Amino acid sequence: MSNDVKIRSAVKRYGDFTAVNGISLDIRQGEFFTLLGPSGCGKTTLLRMIAGFNAVDGGEILFGDRVMNAVPAHKRDIGMVFQNYAIFPHLTVEENVAYGLKARKVPPAEIARRVTTALEQVQIETLRRRKPNELSGGQQQRVALARAFVIEPSVLLMDEPLSNLDAKLRVQMRTVIKKLQRRLGITTIYVTHDQEEALAISDRIAVMKEGAIMQVGAPHEVYAHPQNPFVAGFIGISNFISCEIGNGILSADGVSVPAPLRRPYEGAAILSARPEQLFFSGEGLPGTISLSTFLGDFIEYEITLENGQNVQLNEYTKDVSGIRPDGEAVHLSFDPGKVGIYAADGVEVLSC
Amino acid sequence: MLGRRRFEFWSLVKLLIILSLLLFIIYPFSSLVTRSVFSTKEEGFTLYNFIRFFTKPYYFSSLTHSFVVCVSAMLTTTVIGVPIAYLMTRYNIFGKNLLHIGVIMALMSPPFIGAYSWIILFGRAGVVTGFFSRFGVTLPTIYGRLGIILVFTFHLFPYVYLYVSGAMSSIDSSLEEAAENLGSGKLERIRRITLPVVMPSIAAGAVMVFMTSLADFGTPMLIGEGYTVLPVLVYNEYMSELGGNANMASALSVVIVFCSLAVLLLQKFWIARKNYVMTAMRPPQEVKLRGWRRFFASLPIYLVTAVALLPQVVVVVMSFLERSFSGVVLGVNLENYRIIAKRLSTNITNTYFFSAVAIVFIVLIGMLASYIVVRRKGKISSLIDLLIMFPYVIPGSVLGIGLIVAFNKKPLILTGTAAIMIISYIIRKIPYTVRSGSAFLYQSDPAIEEASINLGVSPMRTFFTVTARLMFPGILSGAILSWITCINELSSSIMLYGGKTSTISVAIYQEVMRMSDGTAAALATILTVTTVASLLIFLRLSKGKVSVV
Repeated sequence: MSNDVKIRSAVKRYGDFTAVNGISLDIRQGEFFTLLGPSGCGKTTLLRMIAGFNAVDGGEILFGDRVMNAVPAHKRDIGMVFQNYAIFPHLTVEENVAYGLKARKVPPAEIARRVTTALEQVQIETLRRRKPNELSGGQQQRVALARAFVIEPSVLLMDEPLSNLDAKLRVQMRTVIKKLQRRLGITTIYVTHDQEEALAISDRIAVMKEGAIMQVGAPHEVYAHPQNPFVAGFIGISNFISCEIGNGILSADGVSVPAPLRRPYEGAAILSARPEQLFFSGEGLPGTISLSTFLGDFIEYEITLENGQNVQLNEYTKDVSGIRPDGEAVHLSFDPGKVGIYAADGVEVLSC
Repeated sequence: MLGRRRFEFWSLVKLLIILSLLLFIIYPFSSLVTRSVFSTKEEGFTLYNFIRFFTKPYYFSSLTHSFVVCVSAMLTTTVIGVPIAYLMTRYNIFGKNLLHIGVIMALMSPPFIGAYSWIILFGRAGVVTGFFSRFGVTLPTIYGRLGIILVFTFHLFPYVYLYVSGAMSSIDSSLEEAAENLGSGKLERIRRITLPVVMPSIAAGAVMVFMTSLADFGTPMLIGEGYTVLPVLVYNEYMSELGGNANMASALSVVIVFCSLAVLLLQKFWIARKNYVMTAMRPPQEVKLRGWRRFFASLPIYLVTAVALLPQVVVVVMSFLERSFSGVVLGVNLENYRIIAKRLSTNITNTYFFSAVAIVFIVLIGMLASYIVVRRKGKISSLIDLLIMFPYVIPGSVLGIGLIVAFNKKPLILTGTAAIMIISYIIRKIPYTVRSGSAFLYQSDPAIEEASINLGVSPMRTFFTVTARLMFPGILSGAILSWITCINELSSSIMLYGGKTSTISVAIYQEVMRMSDGTAAALATILTVTTVASLLIFLRLSKGKVSVV
């Protein structure tokens, strides 16, 4: 039976360095939950704390109502998929998958049945007698996956499982993992640094930076309503433009528009706009097109604003009749109700 | 939190290993150092022995002698080893793989058998000497400095060859192509690119030659005669003063250890920094020579290898010849073997028994120690690594004396027992096993062990079912190397053997000393055959993944 996972103010230190700094999370039963962040943000450290490979220096980790801090790794009943697959090189595919069941003293007949089912589910039943060195990367990945879920663990952990595959296979395996997780309903905690992968695969995402959580939410929430410039910049592409707010009016170089805000605010602020949220108009931020790139379904413009800052603007090919030439003087505009507006400290969200 | 059992199991293992290392390496060595600063001639702490060493030519000349032969051997082995490495890695030499095995065999054969064969051929009553004297030609004497250097050269050039050919085959060919592309000629390219890149490996090989020849006792003892080097002096000093005063021998031992430590540290800090070793994306292509060019590229390698393997052939042939005392051949038969079977069977069983017992311990301790060194890094693990590798710089005779001065008194008296022989084998030969075991462990992903633990198998059981299983080829290869060097061990055995614990190598030494060539040859043949057989097994098992150096 799959469990929910609660993390209460978890801390991990390495000497003076705090890798995980008081993180709290509630991961629901059966949920596909992703820890997303740049390298060194503490996501793998946190995952290994949940697995029991890293000691917990502060706080608690709970499976259901059971505190797991002192439970040794081999008694946690967790399935884990490692970055390099970690297939036992001396065992065949089916022996690899049967390994955890044997450790659990499952009767041989049942082991055989469950191994076969697991191999069928990841579509490698024909390879069952092969040794790992006779398998491709994608096939090894499937073995690792089958080996982890065949024990019907209370939690399934995955540590950047797709990072060693080529781009095409990565997209294919992502779908395999997602469908499998839906069907089995195992609580899954997934670590990745790839924001596109996180958006595609997760029920919810926790964006991490420097050992702390920056935002937790469903993929469309963190994309559409980033809670701070870091999330806005890390998930998708965002243009950050300095601006000033006074009397409910947002003003930047050459623009003054009324902006809907959560609370009255006066002073310096940061405007965050996705490339597709900017558009060319008769008036607005003045700038010059420094590079236009035709990418098929859309056109990507790099525009140098008057203060020297470069911003990116995308236009869908179907919406326009031609490509603007480099060097053209343009004005950029945006819908103040859709872009993100943050206080100058980068912490407080002002936009609705 | 890694669980209590894992904590206790590995802490216990660490503790036991540290304690054994302290007892059998540090304690003997510190006993030696302590002995060296006392003397029967003066009261209390004194530098008397060291002062005598540096002021009396009798003592000091041995240091000069050692340096002369070691440095000469470094040069000769480099001059022979580097070109062979170049030819073997770059050209289609005839029977390359077989040659490679031949060179390794030359290295693994016991050095004193080399010395002994050269004496059989070129010694005073030597076969070749006798042949030439019939025509009134007197050959230069093989005894003394020349003989020692000769034996070292042909026995140890494989070190340079193996290190350098390893480096040469890992130079990415684009590097040399770039040099050519920038306008360098072939010789210029070798001088300015290839040689500097393999320089650290040349140095590493040369340092191995230096350390091995500095530590070797058998060769200079047999062929050196009046030309006394340090380990021989240690032996003489200790044996003549047996009966209590081992102080001077201890002081000499300290000098030797200091020398080899100095050379090793020099290499570590000065040369190891210039490490350009790379993983070749495109290893150099083998140049296909044809006709006489191929012949002349192969010829020198064949000649050198033939000379290097000559000792083994000589002893095998000699072992089947029954000769009169004056050297006249009486017949080809098994007489020599009959004699040793009757008179020296204990030595033979001792050699195999001691080595086998030592190997069991070496495999077990080696496996646990490699795991601790690679996977459980920390202060204690570094200390274990350092202590286990320490015997590299301790010559066998020195270790022998150390064990004697440490264990010839209460509470632990071991001198004259089989135990002390086995302990000395374990200490001296375990580095091979630890090194190849950790090499295998470094190559395997720690996540494999974590995967096993994660699937519900306890850390201790994971070690024995997964880790040990993965390390086994490495450990086994290392253990075979350890085994080969155990059965051929002379320098510590000759210090430690007692009436009932003598070995084949000790018997060979004694037989040679009493001019009993036939029986010595028969004994040497037994060792040679065992060595060759073990080496073939090693090469088959290791599949080139474990280097013999």
